[in-house]
Amino acid sequence: MMSALLPDLLIQGAQMLVVLLLSPLLTGFVRKVKARLLRRQGPPLLQPYRDLLRLLRKEAVVAENASWLFRATPYMIFAATWVAAALVPTFATGLLFSWSADLIAIIALLGSARFFLALAGMDVGTSFGGIGSSREVMIATLAEPAMIMIVFILALIAGSTQLSTVAAFMQTPAVGLRVSLGMALFALLMVAIAENARIPVDNPATHLELTMVHEAMVLEYSGRHLAVIELAASLKLLLYLSLIGCVFVPWGLAPVGAGWATHILGGAAYVGKLFVGGFMLAVFETSIAKMRVFRVPDFLGAGLMLGLLGTLLLFVSRSL
Amino acid sequence: MSDIHALLLCVAALLATGPLAVALNRWPGATRLCYGATLLLTIAAAAIAAGRLFGDAATPLTITLPLGLPWLGALFRLDALSAFFLLVINLGAAAASLYGLGYGRHEHTPHRVLPFFPAFLAGMNLVTMADDAFCFLLSWEFMSLASWVLVMAHHRVDDNARAGYVYIVMASFGTMALLLAFGLLAGPEGGYAFAAMREATHAPWLAALVLILVLLGAGSKAGLAPLHAWLPLAHPAAPSHVSALMSGVMTKVAIYGFIRITFDLLGTPAWWWGVVVLIIGGVTAVLGVLYALMQNDLKRILAYSTIENIGFIFVGLGLALAFAANNMAGAAALALTAALFHVFNHTLFKSLLFFGAGAVLTATGERDMEKLGGLIHRMPMTALFVLVGCVAISALPPFNGFVSEWLTLQAILLSLGLPQWGLKIAVPAIGGLLALAATLAAACFVRLYGITFLGRPRTAIAAEARDVDLWSRAAMGILALLCLLAGILPGFVIDGLAPVTQYMVGARMPAQASVPWLSIVPIAESRSSYNGILVFIFITFSSLLAVAVIHRLASRAVRRAPAWDCGFPDASPALQYTAGSFGQPLRRVFGTMMFRAREEVEMPPPGDTSPARLQVSLRDVIWDTLYAPLANLVLFLAGHLNRLQFLTIRRYLGLVFFSLVSLLVVLALWS
Repeated sequence: MMSALLPDLLIQGAQMLVVLLLSPLLTGFVRKVKARLLRRQGPPLLQPYRDLLRLLRKEAVVAENASWLFRATPYMIFAATWVAAALVPTFATGLLFSWSADLIAIIALLGSARFFLALAGMDVGTSFGGIGSSREVMIATLAEPAMIMIVFILALIAGSTQLSTVAAFMQTPAVGLRVSLGMALFALLMVAIAENARIPVDNPATHLELTMVHEAMVLEYSGRHLAVIELAASLKLLLYLSLIGCVFVPWGLAPVGAGWATHILGGAAYVGKLFVGGFMLAVFETSIAKMRVFRVPDFLGAGLMLGLLGTLLLFVSRSL
Repeated sequence: MSDIHALLLCVAALLATGPLAVALNRWPGATRLCYGATLLLTIAAAAIAAGRLFGDAATPLTITLPLGLPWLGALFRLDALSAFFLLVINLGAAAASLYGLGYGRHEHTPHRVLPFFPAFLAGMNLVTMADDAFCFLLSWEFMSLASWVLVMAHHRVDDNARAGYVYIVMASFGTMALLLAFGLLAGPEGGYAFAAMREATHAPWLAALVLILVLLGAGSKAGLAPLHAWLPLAHPAAPSHVSALMSGVMTKVAIYGFIRITFDLLGTPAWWWGVVVLIIGGVTAVLGVLYALMQNDLKRILAYSTIENIGFIFVGLGLALAFAANNMAGAAALALTAALFHVFNHTLFKSLLFFGAGAVLTATGERDMEKLGGLIHRMPMTALFVLVGCVAISALPPFNGFVSEWLTLQAILLSLGLPQWGLKIAVPAIGGLLALAATLAAACFVRLYGITFLGRPRTAIAAEARDVDLWSRAAMGILALLCLLAGILPGFVIDGLAPVTQYMVGARMPAQASVPWLSIVPIAESRSSYNGILVFIFITFSSLLAVAVIHRLASRAVRRAPAWDCGFPDASPALQYTAGSFGQPLRRVFGTMMFRAREEVEMPPPGDTSPARLQVSLRDVIWDTLYAPLANLVLFLAGHLNRLQFLTIRRYLGLVFFSLVSLLVVLALWS
């Protein structure tokens, strides 16, 4: 029993480590490309790792009236995001624990993380924390239904909410070209941009308080708490890129019980996908201006409508 | 002694507790005695119901008492559906009694609460066991009146009298609708026993009429839009443990009534019933939570959130009706399981949250969030338990609210096989509404928790709050634990619901307890599965791992310092975010249409140092367009009919004569 489980366990463990170790690199890569596109030198690729280590070694400065929730939240967010990221197929499908949470549960895990982050933003009782939390939940109220609609589209096409099954189905010729899948892809891209606080919804590099959403919520954090939150944010970006990769470009994913060579090939394909995805994100971000906060509902509302329309199309005809 | 005898004995003992409380009015231990008795009795009743549900639920027990209609007697029946709802009711009631042991001591006028509390519990128990229309309506009305008295317990407090008035009008309206529904079901022969209704075949138009009447009758009790108007007034007005019972338990009795009539008595459903129930449910869910987001009163937010959850349950029921009408028994079982699971969940977390609101009320005397804040420091236990309730009601894993939402979404995904176009278009739209309602609920509870328990205290009284007594905390703690357990071990709950769905729609979900690793698998593992306990263990393990690694290898030093706040720390707690400002983005996005929300800013001219003013106006569109015209019409008619009170004897006799003649004419034309 144990010996049969061992390879699966190893693959699952490898996936957990891979997402954890790769995510700061992805963030660094996106920053580097953005800087190069703006004709700046940009920080070195490994700068996010250095930042994390520096923050981890510093003492944590905690506001006088912060509660236990404020100190516990970073770890909870990190854990929820890490578990979610570990369940999205990256280089192989059929992970050992992939059945413990389907796509809906993965979305909900990210929802839990956001719930606690929004609470932490309000814990110290400052105006900037509140502004961040309030805007974050406003964005979430549109982004999450859109995401559920996307899940509906994928699940109706593949006949499963299980991400491994969806990814495996997407590799078969039965998928074909579908209008609804195109809508799902568009909607997913919009949601991914909003969820990861990227331009044009939010600016990860902003230092102007009134325009911040995510950064405003974590304004009071420092030291190791901030490090863990930043790591969770990188993990989330990686998760969304992996998700888009495994559903819409599923080629190279190692199937269940494949040999080592296939897994290594899957890993290479995964890194390639991240590379392309990160590059496209950087290009997109540099080519567009940040929108006003109250334009965001229009943007996400469009995503929601796309998702709804796609679902409706599938109810009308299964081949659309 | 069979189970139904024991249950009826429990009810009789509950009924006897009321007069006992009246008799012991002056004795200081009466509060403790009364709640202690109800606690023991409801635990006993819950245990019997649970034993029935997990034991021999398939064979119904019946009993006839020589009460009620003379030619029929009072019929009582205990089947799987009754057993499940009895379990839910008595679980909620036991928690409320435990809470009441502590909370009841702060009651200024205990004699206004104590006698009616056990009567209310008895009424709810009797509704679920009644097996004829007379018994059902009598128990229903008894339950309504007992709860009305409890709503009026603090009748001198502002607005409570109005709440009670609106409540009793709506409750009477609901009972009238149910009375007509049962009249139609019983037919001209007067077959008032449920068994006779079950046997009879009902014409499609009659069944449709009954469905509409039940939606009006049971729906108004449950709080379906647009009949919800009384609920957010009445539920908060009662003492908090009664609010918990009304929101967490009495709405479930209404759902029981709906299920009993539509699924059991009315025969095979037509497909369009599903569409009607789905649309009403979906709209109710979104409306309820949008209303909740605009409120500042803790208990009123919870009451509006109840409306949202009721909508959610009705979506599950509508799906079950649609599937059952199309002979998709397996899918119907899944949808019904999802709805009933949410019934169970909502009882747990809504009671918990009302207890939390009651604890805040006891500690500070305030229900207005704008005057609270920072309570997590002053009331640590209550804050923790309420946090659990907030996470659970926001449908976040690994708690129980997520499981029922997940099951509902899985049921929606099965609806691709439905043949009718009406359903094909309605179901995805309802799925979107449900997802919207769920995320809005999360926003609502971030707001509730963040403003009330986090941040800095906004008033002196909030800064000096003390945590509540042990009984109240125990009641909240037990419910919080149950929320977690039902979330991480949902398979057992689903298996407990199997006899109910077997009885109602003729199928059950696959047995879950035997699935490896305690996962839940609604259809097949390749389609979907969820494992709450593994997710819980993973999250706990990885967060502990992160803490351990960071503390060991990096740093564990903490320095307390003033808040950073971008270098402008504001001394006054009034400068932190408020409930109103937190809701502002959502009000702008969702409220401009729904509530005609308007914001007006009055800026003083340049150079003038007087403060700027922001005025926000909201309007309750449903009240303005439906209730207010109706009330005006009634007033208008009453004003004109008033003249009939001042006639001469001659005219009165003439009136009597004409009524008699017209009735005889009707009778002559009829036959």
